[in-house]
Amino acid sequence: MGETIIQKLFRNRLGRPVKPGEIVVVDIDLAYAHDGTGPLAIDAFNELGSSKVYDSSRIRFVIDHASPSPNEGASNLQLKLRKFARENGIRVYEVGEGICHQVIPENESLKPGMVIVGADSHTVTLGAFSLFATGIGSTDFAEVMTSGKLWFKVPEAMKVSLTGSLKPGVMSKDLILRIIGDVGADGATYMSVEFQGDGVKSLSMASRMTVCNMVVEMGAKNGIFPLDEVTLKNVDASNLKDKSIFKPDENAYYAMSLSYRLDELEPVVAVPHNVDNVKPVKELEGLEINQVFIGSCTNGREEDFEIAARILSKKGVKKGVRCIAIPASRRVFLNLLRNGIIDKLVSAGCTVTHSTCGPCLGVHFGILGSGEVAVSTSNRNFKGRMGNPESSIYLASPATAAASAAEGVITDPRKFIGG
Amino acid sequence: MILRGKVWVLGDHINTDVIIPAKYKFRTGDFSELAKHVFEDLDPTLASKISKGDSIIAGRTFGMGSSREHAPRVIKEAGISAIVACSFARIFFRNSINVGLPVIEVRDVNKYFKEGDIAIVDLEKGIVKNETTGVELNFSPYPEFIMNIMKAGGLAAYRKGIR
Ligand code: SF4
Repeated sequence: MGETIIQKLFRNRLGRPVKPGEIVVVDIDLAYAHDGTGPLAIDAFNELGSSKVYDSSRIRFVIDHASPSPNEGASNLQLKLRKFARENGIRVYEVGEGICHQVIPENESLKPGMVIVGADSHTVTLGAFSLFATGIGSTDFAEVMTSGKLWFKVPEAMKVSLTGSLKPGVMSKDLILRIIGDVGADGATYMSVEFQGDGVKSLSMASRMTVCNMVVEMGAKNGIFPLDEVTLKNVDASNLKDKSIFKPDENAYYAMSLSYRLDELEPVVAVPHNVDNVKPVKELEGLEINQVFIGSCTNGREEDFEIAARILSKKGVKKGVRCIAIPASRRVFLNLLRNGIIDKLVSAGCTVTHSTCGPCLGVHFGILGSGEVAVSTSNRNFKGRMGNPESSIYLASPATAAASAAEGVITDPRKFIGG
Repeated sequence: MILRGKVWVLGDHINTDVIIPAKYKFRTGDFSELAKHVFEDLDPTLASKISKGDSIIAGRTFGMGSSREHAPRVIKEAGISAIVACSFARIFFRNSINVGLPVIEVRDVNKYFKEGDIAIVDLEKGIVKNETTGVELNFSPYPEFIMNIMKAGGLAAYRKGIR
């Protein structure tokens, strides 16, 4: 029996073959926490009775969730994070630098096959770079700070084969929403979701990050893309002798296999209050909205705002609708400033702010009123996610979000682009 | 380890935002304060009705969503002694073990309980019993290293014990 990508990755790591279900202990190459989970990880570190961080060069903190702090409580939690970092020589990415899942790949040297954990469920985003990345809780994070290691159960895997390429107006967000809709919120529980096939090469790094970002919404442990030319431009593979290790064997065992023809996909939305409640945009066209949020670790990168700007330059934000656009990092923000995209978005009527999680998790910026409806490019539409349990959130691609902002109702972006 | 308590029956897909909305965890790190808001978006009166030792029976993917360890900690702080669900989200399951909150997967468990029934959970034998109706369900007990963490009341307490 051949091996899946994740089996190969662990074999490469441990120097011996592994089977799904087996418990392995591995060294953690990089671990990051943010202002939402870091303070509790420090408590857990103290509870564990630990006094010294094992290797601070492998730990990062990112202040991105309530950033800049909206209240005294958050400010004090952030102080605690900064103080611990100072005392232990941990690098902190500060207010405005960006969302953890974006600043880490931008600033750290990622290598294929790495093992990365984050005290945040969307750490799975980094699987786009042909590595193992998964979310953990604060006690596990404290354990990593203490010993530099963590145990994992080698997951079973799900294969997602892709062919062709996406049509104009359809984005990788539509692909991942469609997959989640097909398998359900627990369809990939504990599994490694492995993307393969010819279609992979047509997806940019940013698009792959969007896809991996959301595998956790179907319960997966991680998502992973094979190593190809696109990845190689974004990782340091200089020490990698055998690049084939990130391709699965033909006869690998997959617990589940799906395949999609990218050309056949259409724009979709996830309807409140579950991410797997996915419907074609066509079925919801005309539904009135109050707010649009373009941003988050799911869709806050250059290509996301470029398409939004293309649409919104044709027709500005509809009067009465609030459109909030937040780049996922300072670097993305600067790139968009330099290439004129920010100008287009602001001119079209968007409210553009510095990089933060902001509206995505309902802590500050853009909390919805009771009965209000939002279209968001983020990854969760749970009840109360944007700060108000009486509001509704529709998840969509940046193209659909921008088209909806322009019309004031849920709108198929192909009205503006291609299609 | 045998746990006995009155049950609260919750549905499928109880997510971490419903367990403890993010807005509270950015205001305070005080768990007795946070526990007042547990399940608030599901039922604002639930927190005040839970008594120490009660259990939760739930449907599929309990704890899905964020990695916030606040979720199992707040549930434990609120007085819940165990959660028996049809299935759990991965990170929530792992976090619960680390904080010493027993989480048990039993297929279709929500079909055999209604609110107010008394549940008895025997962790070593792998039995969940509805004392009110007499129904008994089985599950595979935790491997030894997890059982030890559970008995100690969490990873931190376990570590202190072996030091
Ligand atoms: S943008 Fe949203 S999903 Fe992403 S890390 Fe921030 S809060 Fe989490």
